[in-house]
Amino acid sequence: MAEDNKDAIRNLIFRIADDQLIIGHRNSEWTGLGPILEEDIAFSSMAQDKLGHALALYTLLHEIGEKDPDTLAFNREEKDYVCCHFVEYPIGEYDFSLMRHFLFDSSEALRFGMLAESSFEPLAKIARKFRGELRYHTMHADTWIKQLGSANEESRARMQSALNECMPLALGIFEPSDYELALQNEGIFPGEKFLQDAWIDHITPILNAGELRMPDVGNCTPSYGGRAGFHTEFLKPLIDEMSEVYKIDPKAEW
Amino acid sequence: MYGGGYIFEETKNGERTVEDPKRLEDFEARIQAGEKIEPMDWMPAEYRKQLIRMIEQHAHSEIIGALPEGTWITRAPGFRRKLALMAKVQDEVGHAQLLYSAAETLGKPREMMINDLITGKSKYSNVFNYPAVTWADTAVIAWLIDAGAIINQVANSKGSYGPYCRALERICMEESFHLKYGHDNVVFLATGTPKQREMVQDALNRWWKPIMHFFGPSDKISVHTETLMRWKVKMASNDDMRQKFLDMYVPKIWELGLSIPDQKLKKNEDTGIWDYTEPDWEEFKRVINGDGPCNKERLAVRRRAEEKGEWVRKALMRNAEEYTIPLS
Repeated sequence: MAEDNKDAIRNLIFRIADDQLIIGHRNSEWTGLGPILEEDIAFSSMAQDKLGHALALYTLLHEIGEKDPDTLAFNREEKDYVCCHFVEYPIGEYDFSLMRHFLFDSSEALRFGMLAESSFEPLAKIARKFRGELRYHTMHADTWIKQLGSANEESRARMQSALNECMPLALGIFEPSDYELALQNEGIFPGEKFLQDAWIDHITPILNAGELRMPDVGNCTPSYGGRAGFHTEFLKPLIDEMSEVYKIDPKAEW
Repeated sequence: MYGGGYIFEETKNGERTVEDPKRLEDFEARIQAGEKIEPMDWMPAEYRKQLIRMIEQHAHSEIIGALPEGTWITRAPGFRRKLALMAKVQDEVGHAQLLYSAAETLGKPREMMINDLITGKSKYSNVFNYPAVTWADTAVIAWLIDAGAIINQVANSKGSYGPYCRALERICMEESFHLKYGHDNVVFLATGTPKQREMVQDALNRWWKPIMHFFGPSDKISVHTETLMRWKVKMASNDDMRQKFLDMYVPKIWELGLSIPDQKLKKNEDTGIWDYTEPDWEEFKRVINGDGPCNKERLAVRRRAEEKGEWVRKALMRNAEEYTIPLS
């Protein structure tokens, strides 16, 4: 890996890893509280996968010179996280969490599909593995979106309103980095803009099948800032909670 | 996870259904011969009633039991523990799903059971009415409460009702992983820094009483269960299970250099029976009847989850479909 590309690759992996860690943490908050037992179990499974993805990505970062995965996940300053705002939001009601799961995971599935072809082989290898797992996540999300989007008046209204609320946040997933050109030129990743376009093409027919209207993306202001370390008010308390026990003694073995 | 502290219902005189003596005799002979009773087989009304009650209490215990440990998922220190705890609590919710299905084969729908839980009509294991104060509490719960649950459930898996036995076999297999996880967690704390040792000792001190309560009231004072034992609904006496637990785990606890907060605890080498301070059964009764440190909180959380999820469940309903009892 050329030295110039190292920062670009590091930044790219941190963004994905932090997203996985925070969304996994959030989805795990449904444990014991799901609307039906089967959903409780499903959200926990997916949360475990996300945490597993975060661990694999932090491990890769460690291999290219960063600290160990536990330190990266549990012992960084808030400003050092580069997750998007979307994953930081509290779980809210099930409609919000489900819509976030649909919008976020469909972007992840496409992202890992693209990264599976990356010229940076260690990342491509991981992406190929994740892509297979993501297939189950998107299958789960798509099924529920179609069901709740068309079941009855209340569920449709709730899902439409969750979609409207989520869209500016979801667009924040694709906040461009300083390294877009380098990543594209080196064949590492085709870029956030490319991914966003593919994502819109992908989600629109599924939403329509669920009788939901895609908001006018041109009129949404994307929630940017997370990728540069500027976060919502929700991230700091999450990190504090996540590291509460770890920080009792970071040198101890837990 | 669940213990033997079942609250069996005493049948009042006049309430008992008079069964056909011939059918009852055949039924008891099948059980005696070690056969399993299946959902569509004839069974006495009392057998059905007590089984529903027992399996339902067990299922409730699994979902309520997910709460004290579940609150520590977001605080688990490091990837290894976080992933393991998530998987463990997920298993517990999965156990609830299996058990509600087993109870449904006897004719009571899951919705009705959950409704009885949140209205306080049916009970769950007393142990979950105590708080998990620190991370070390989750380690002690995962090791010792799950160990107790295994003792109870392995016994019950040899019982007479087919669907419950099959659910328990799978549950016990998963619980044995929980126990390993819990033990590993306690070992790390007990052999760790002074602060970690202090945390785990405190947690053990807090949990010893609920652990002793876990197997239910002493045989001297518990409701007569001869019929239930003959019908293989209840498979071991509360005191026997408690003795077995002490025999298996007290030496392991001492081995880690931890102390147990009971001066009287000692094995009588002549009889092989453990002496201990008799747990406070008045407190047990008080807590199970609603007056424990966390009863209100646990039910409130469960009720809120049910209320918040109601629209989702409604959106899954299809009016044309009728409820069918699962086969097993």
